[in-house]
Amino acid sequence: MTHEDAVVVDARGKRCPVPVIDLARACRGLPGGGLVTVLCTDPAAEHDVPAWARMRGHTLVGSSRIAGSEAHIALTVRLGPDA
Amino acid sequence: MNPPGAGLVEALSSDERRATSGARRPRPRESEHRVPRRYRGAVITPDPADAPGQDAATQAPHRPRRAHLDAGGSARLLPAARQAFLEALEDGWADPARLHSESRRARSFLDAARETFAARLGARTEEVHLAPSHVLATHSAVRAVVSGRRRTGRAVVASAVERAAVLDAASYAADARTTGAPSPAVVPVDRLGRVDVDAFAAAVRQPGVALAALQHANGEVGTVQPVDAMHEAARAARVPLLVDAGASVGHVAPPRSWDLVTADAADWGGPQGIAVLAVRAGVRWRAEWPEAPDPWFPGGVSVPAALAAAVALESALSDQAAQDARRRELVAEIREVVARTVPDVEVVGDPVDRLPHVVTFSCLYADGEALLTELDREGFAVGSGSACTSATLRPSHVLAAMGVLTHGNVRIALDRTTTRDDVAAFLAALPPAVARVRGSLGAGAL
Repeated sequence: MTHEDAVVVDARGKRCPVPVIDLARACRGLPGGGLVTVLCTDPAAEHDVPAWARMRGHTLVGSSRIAGSEAHIALTVRLGPDA
Repeated sequence: MNPPGAGLVEALSSDERRATSGARRPRPRESEHRVPRRYRGAVITPDPADAPGQDAATQAPHRPRRAHLDAGGSARLLPAARQAFLEALEDGWADPARLHSESRRARSFLDAARETFAARLGARTEEVHLAPSHVLATHSAVRAVVSGRRRTGRAVVASAVERAAVLDAASYAADARTTGAPSPAVVPVDRLGRVDVDAFAAAVRQPGVALAALQHANGEVGTVQPVDAMHEAARAARVPLLVDAGASVGHVAPPRSWDLVTADAADWGGPQGIAVLAVRAGVRWRAEWPEAPDPWFPGGVSVPAALAAAVALESALSDQAAQDARRRELVAEIREVVARTVPDVEVVGDPVDRLPHVVTFSCLYADGEALLTELDREGFAVGSGSACTSATLRPSHVLAAMGVLTHGNVRIALDRTTTRDDVAAFLAALPPAVARVRGSLGAGAL
């Protein structure tokens, strides 16, 4: 499964902890091994998405900054087996 | 060594008030904030006048007494210190720099304070400088050493979890004349917040390092740093080490190895407005401010506050071991109970090699500001490293450097007035408070 197949959660413009809450909600019901990408503008997200992944048994597999007028960060997680 | 001034500080901090020859000691004025003349015992029963007059709407009716659990840099003023402050206002009101008797008396209070700090930090009196704030003491120390050692370079090596004042001053000092080297060279820490010793040692060996900075212990998470070993590495590289002891002095034995050390009176129960900077003779420094009789902090500091800070330190040291044991156990209980009773929580920092009185934890799916407000409503004053609770809307760089959760963060620092009952009440109130905050974000079922 490539990152292009990931479920995308657009949390741009949302303040912590909402990006992580939106991400967690989107992950409910998805199978283990599935990919989810969350787009965030909140400065805490680049720390909290990886921390959430670690606490919930998932793995951060991608992190990239998108520059421009709507600069944001895209974080991709692979869901753990017990998702 | 028992210099004459130390006797004054000792007299003011002890249970028995010993008459000092010559000085007339007037009675404190009658006031609604009259405190016991003698400081008794290790656990202070707060003066009922301390319970702040809250407006009824915000005060929970079943808990009239608030618990102050955010004592980092903001501990309740110790009774002996308050008493010393009031008495120094009577006798030490003059400008300490002039030549007449009133001035010399004020000067003697200042010298007594400096002698106390010197003795307790393992410095010579002439190496001790009093600053009006810990932030200024830190900024000045960094700027002056970088300037003094500019022929070597302007780079500063600092752990990633140094307090913001250290990192800000290092960035500022580097910008003053761009050399191309990024400053500060931030050395990573592990998940517990402890600096990578190999990386720190390698960093100080790089060319162009003016200063290294490593805190004694972290005030947000409590983790103790390997200062002795890193001082040795810095010494071998001929780089002075600034040790920020602003979170540790008065709680644990002070650091032994340093070239510059800072401490913060309000952290150990002294008044706001006094910090200590000690600089070993031989450290090359240059002021980036005008020359003045007080070379490090022109204009000096409040004499009553300085004396009160010294008396507070003596008072804190007199029960340091007992307060270490007592608070260490309370924090161990907080760590264990929070991890057990709050779902999806991360309790961070070294559980053992830590300050006795500090603990911080982060709650998934909770808004830090909302949690603080909820706990405040219940009568608990706590701190937070979450982005939403900071003036800059950025998360704590300490938590970020450790790779731990930053949102929903609650930071606890216990001072000497915090009781076992306070902690029990807090632990009982916390899980429902977290649940309410999560519920209001629609995150209850996650």
